[in-house]
Amino acid sequence: MSHHLLSWLIWLPVLGAVAAVVLGHSNAQRARWIALATAIATFVLSIGLYCGYSAEAGSLQFVEKYLWLGVLNVHYHLAVDGISVALIVLTSFTTVLVLIGAWSAIEEKVHQYVACFLLLEALMIGVFCARDALLFYMFFEAMLIPMFIIIGIWGGPRRVYATIKFFLYTFFGSIFMLIGLIYLYLKTGSFDLDYLARYPLSLTEQIWLFLSFLLAFSVKVPMFPVHTWLPDAHVEAPTGGSVILAAIMLKIGGYGFLRFSLPITPDASHELAWLVIAMSLIAVVYIGFVALVQEDMKKLIAYSSISHMGFVTLGAFVAFELAREVGAGDAARLALQGSMVQMISHGFISAAMFSCVGVVYDRMHSRMIKDYGGVANTMPWFAAFMVFFAMANSGLPGTSGFVGEFMVIVASFQASPLIAATAAITLVVGAAYTLWLVKRVLFGEVANPQVAALTDINAREAIVLGGFAAATLLFGVWPAPLTELMDASLQQVVQQLMHVKV
Amino acid sequence: MQSMLLTIALAPLFGAVVAGLFGRQIGRVGAHTVTIAGVALSLVLSLVVFKRLAFDGAPVFNENIYTWYQIGSYSAHVGFLIDRLTAVMMVVVTFVSLMVHVYTIGYMKDDPGYQRFFSYIALFTFSMLMLVMSNNFLQLFFGWEAVGLVSYLLIGFWFKRPTAIFANLKAFLVNRVGDFGFLLGIAAVLMYFGSLDYATVFANRESIVGKEIEIFSGYAWAVPTVIGILLFIGAMGKSAQVPLHVWLPDSMEGPTPISALIHAATMVTAGIFMVARMSPLYELSETALAFVVVIGATTALFTGLIGLVQNDIKRVVAYSTLSQLGYMTVALGASAYGAAIFHLMTHAFFKALLFLGAGSVIIAMHHEQDMRYMGGLRKYMPITYWTAVLGTLALVGTPLFSGFYSKDAIIEAVHHASAQGGAAYTYAYWCVLLGVFVTALYSFRLLYMTFHGRERFVVADHGSDHAPLAGSAPAPAVSSHGNDHHANDKADAHDHHHGHQPGHLEHAPHESPWVVTLPLILLAIPSVCIAWFFVEPMLFGGFFDGAIVVAPAHDVLAEMGKDFHGVLAFALHGIQTPPFWFAFAGFAVATYVYLFNPAMADRAARLFAPLVRLLERKYGFDELYQAVFARGSLLLGRGLWKWGDARLIDGWIVNGSAALVDRSSGILRWMQSGYLYHYAFAMILGLIALLGAFLWLK
Repeated sequence: MSHHLLSWLIWLPVLGAVAAVVLGHSNAQRARWIALATAIATFVLSIGLYCGYSAEAGSLQFVEKYLWLGVLNVHYHLAVDGISVALIVLTSFTTVLVLIGAWSAIEEKVHQYVACFLLLEALMIGVFCARDALLFYMFFEAMLIPMFIIIGIWGGPRRVYATIKFFLYTFFGSIFMLIGLIYLYLKTGSFDLDYLARYPLSLTEQIWLFLSFLLAFSVKVPMFPVHTWLPDAHVEAPTGGSVILAAIMLKIGGYGFLRFSLPITPDASHELAWLVIAMSLIAVVYIGFVALVQEDMKKLIAYSSISHMGFVTLGAFVAFELAREVGAGDAARLALQGSMVQMISHGFISAAMFSCVGVVYDRMHSRMIKDYGGVANTMPWFAAFMVFFAMANSGLPGTSGFVGEFMVIVASFQASPLIAATAAITLVVGAAYTLWLVKRVLFGEVANPQVAALTDINAREAIVLGGFAAATLLFGVWPAPLTELMDASLQQVVQQLMHVKV
Repeated sequence: MQSMLLTIALAPLFGAVVAGLFGRQIGRVGAHTVTIAGVALSLVLSLVVFKRLAFDGAPVFNENIYTWYQIGSYSAHVGFLIDRLTAVMMVVVTFVSLMVHVYTIGYMKDDPGYQRFFSYIALFTFSMLMLVMSNNFLQLFFGWEAVGLVSYLLIGFWFKRPTAIFANLKAFLVNRVGDFGFLLGIAAVLMYFGSLDYATVFANRESIVGKEIEIFSGYAWAVPTVIGILLFIGAMGKSAQVPLHVWLPDSMEGPTPISALIHAATMVTAGIFMVARMSPLYELSETALAFVVVIGATTALFTGLIGLVQNDIKRVVAYSTLSQLGYMTVALGASAYGAAIFHLMTHAFFKALLFLGAGSVIIAMHHEQDMRYMGGLRKYMPITYWTAVLGTLALVGTPLFSGFYSKDAIIEAVHHASAQGGAAYTYAYWCVLLGVFVTALYSFRLLYMTFHGRERFVVADHGSDHAPLAGSAPAPAVSSHGNDHHANDKADAHDHHHGHQPGHLEHAPHESPWVVTLPLILLAIPSVCIAWFFVEPMLFGGFFDGAIVVAPAHDVLAEMGKDFHGVLAFALHGIQTPPFWFAFAGFAVATYVYLFNPAMADRAARLFAPLVRLLERKYGFDELYQAVFARGSLLLGRGLWKWGDARLIDGWIVNGSAALVDRSSGILRWMQSGYLYHYAFAMILGLIALLGAFLWLK
């Protein structure tokens, strides 16, 4: 099994999805249990992957490579390094909690709902393992379909607008990546990522390729100014959809930068790093202010996600300045670590924040901040969790939210104090929008009879929030396991981005 | 040693977790027992550590506990650095914390959030210990933010009160402005030293001398100055220095025990401690020191002045705290770090005492905090009164009291520094000197308005011991504008003290129970006499050697040490210096005005009406920040959202392109009408156009 562990990780959820649809067709409860069992089994497998992966080497491990479409030289080529392992564990962990969280929130077509999530899990794990560009692209695009369905069927009142916007927006971006990949194939005759990373390309070629990748991944992250699909998608998505979208799908954008832009077009990335850095800083500051004035809780958290993801792209591209301009290889590594830790941490925290909204939405059927007030009076345990996650979202040391931001800020200070200072504005603005939300929702007198009638979280909700809280706290007080897992692999990324191709 | 230190830090955390998570199961007694046991254990062990370092000559302890991360050459750890500076802080923190824990049993006895409160204050003790025991910048920042978190939770402890949840948000955000600078300072340290460990950084401190950094291209700054000022911005937030002081008075919305513990004795002094800890870096930049001294002096004088017009008993003490923090900061700026830490210590005792005394009064007055409805309480609560007198005497700097030594040392140090030159230090000297007068004035005003004079409250006749005072209607003794928050305070009194009429009590005030008065007595002892034992070693005897570094050219304390001939001689000499007479003048004015001639106060208020109004508005900082930052951010956010996101990106580009496709395909569809004669007509038009073009071109 260990030879095919990655295939198992991808195909087990697919099998579970089929089983849930077939066997759970008439019995919603059975569908839920099948899905949960599958998700837990996948999580256990991913822990096996974590334990079996040898972090010191930092090399690609668990390799599976078979010729798939011989005529195009496409391979079914799977392998993982430390970065992928971290993201795969995050994916399987989150999926388990999402299925628990949706246990009673979804009543219609349960078997299809849980099947969608399992398919989504399979495709996302596929994205993180694929070492063949076309295979990656397939997973990358296929992922849209289950999410399209999740928002379109189980979503809110404006779900059709949101789901079409979501689909077209992201599809528009990734089409350009396909063009880029086809160009690369025609030029090199291969889709192999390692081969492409070594293949010399002229600066002009790199710049065009870089732009095509940038379009695809910046929409996914999303970065300013192509972020406007996200708030709409989040608002209309059911809680589980929001959680997966925020926790994992956004990460695929950041992951794409690390797997495509940095290794394949290092010189163009260096040349245009200023552009991405500027976009990231705008995301951090501009979006922070926009988040401040949102009246819809989910929109607020969606904007906060965009702002936090700004640190991911900032870290990844400030690394170029550090490695190539300043000559500080270790600082570049610190920036990349910060970027990756921020991805993982944001996975937990944004998932938890959306789950919190889900908890009260299930009771009140409103996402509007003004409908709440004084929730802490009737839901003290919920309030404790939400304050904790709000603090994590504000980047409080001791929570994982701090670690990535800290690394990115201190590393980028070496590239330019002004970049660091702009990014650090989030210390104030991030705390402002998050804690103002907390103040308006949780604190104060009981605002209305609906709030007075609220009941505190049940055991199932406590498991979901507690799971996220444990992860947030663990990596907040002890990030070493995470950084050790990825360090050697990120060192290779640093070497790739130092490698001048032209 | 390591396991002992871990116990010191973790025992309060254990108490906090148990009381927080299992508060309902273990009940009230369980909650206060487990947290008090934890903090008491920390205190005992801290005393052991202190004894070893201070008397047994134990070496400095500096070890890492575990690795936080290791990335290339960068690493971060959790670890402890225990030298005498740390040991002093540990004893102060755990001692005051223990007193406050005991006091809380009495103060919060009717509160439904009893267990939660104990959990928070124990968590605070843990965080503060992590801050002072840290051996690196990262853990320092962890403790720094963690105490901020607990402060946020405790200011908003009564989360139903709109003023409380406004105040805690404000406190957190203003502190975050400070942290903004602090974090960048840490980034600069990491950039130039490649390490976050104090020991490594301090050992290599000379390496940044003469280096410059370009923040904006073309403007080069000396690196020590940049690091010093950035770190100090953090201290300005945490230690509430102008212009980031605005959160501290509002923090009085929290229950009184935490005002004593967090917002007087310990957390707000974290900034002072931090700068003292970083003395090896600050000594490299005279610019940074001058910046520190100016900020400190401004805070010391001008916030003290506001204290003169406050009527809320806690707010007077709060402004007094601001002012005293200013004194400590001035000491830092004058390179008299030892004096700053010494004043930090004495202030922790007497200010905690004054706050807890105020709390005791508040209990007696059934949660009335307005001094205009007090008076004459001395005979009802003798213990509270006498301890408050001792605290006041310490605060104003009466010779032989602890506050005298620490404050006089600061003023003297600034005097020496100003003699060496620099307008900043001359300004500071005058500020702290005038500040002494102001301190005495507001302190005795508080004492007299609360404990002396006529009783300005009425006790309802429930057959109580004290007959109601017929005809003694509330008669505000000072300007009746009051402070602007007062109306709010009334509107949302405590959970358990609803809608009482100001100045009307159901029962006569009486002395508080022993759990309240015992901490008062235990705090009064060091407030009076701690200096007798420590003034010589801490200020002049090299007690902090190794922990605090002073450049020889700045060493004002060493210079003063030449004239030091013992505790008593210092006090006798003090009587002959200006600070004593300034304090005496304050005492005399307060005594005359508030004890013998209350009408004077009103007349003076009318005479200086514009000045009084300026002070009552606190120089307008709150209004300015509210208008510019709070409202400005919202306007900016709304503008960006409506115009940037909704109109430009979504409206024009995203939906605009969709609409363009829609419209052009609409035109195309309209043309594909399916009628043959439309197509024929179009053909003819086309033919004519082509022929016309052909002819015209030809």
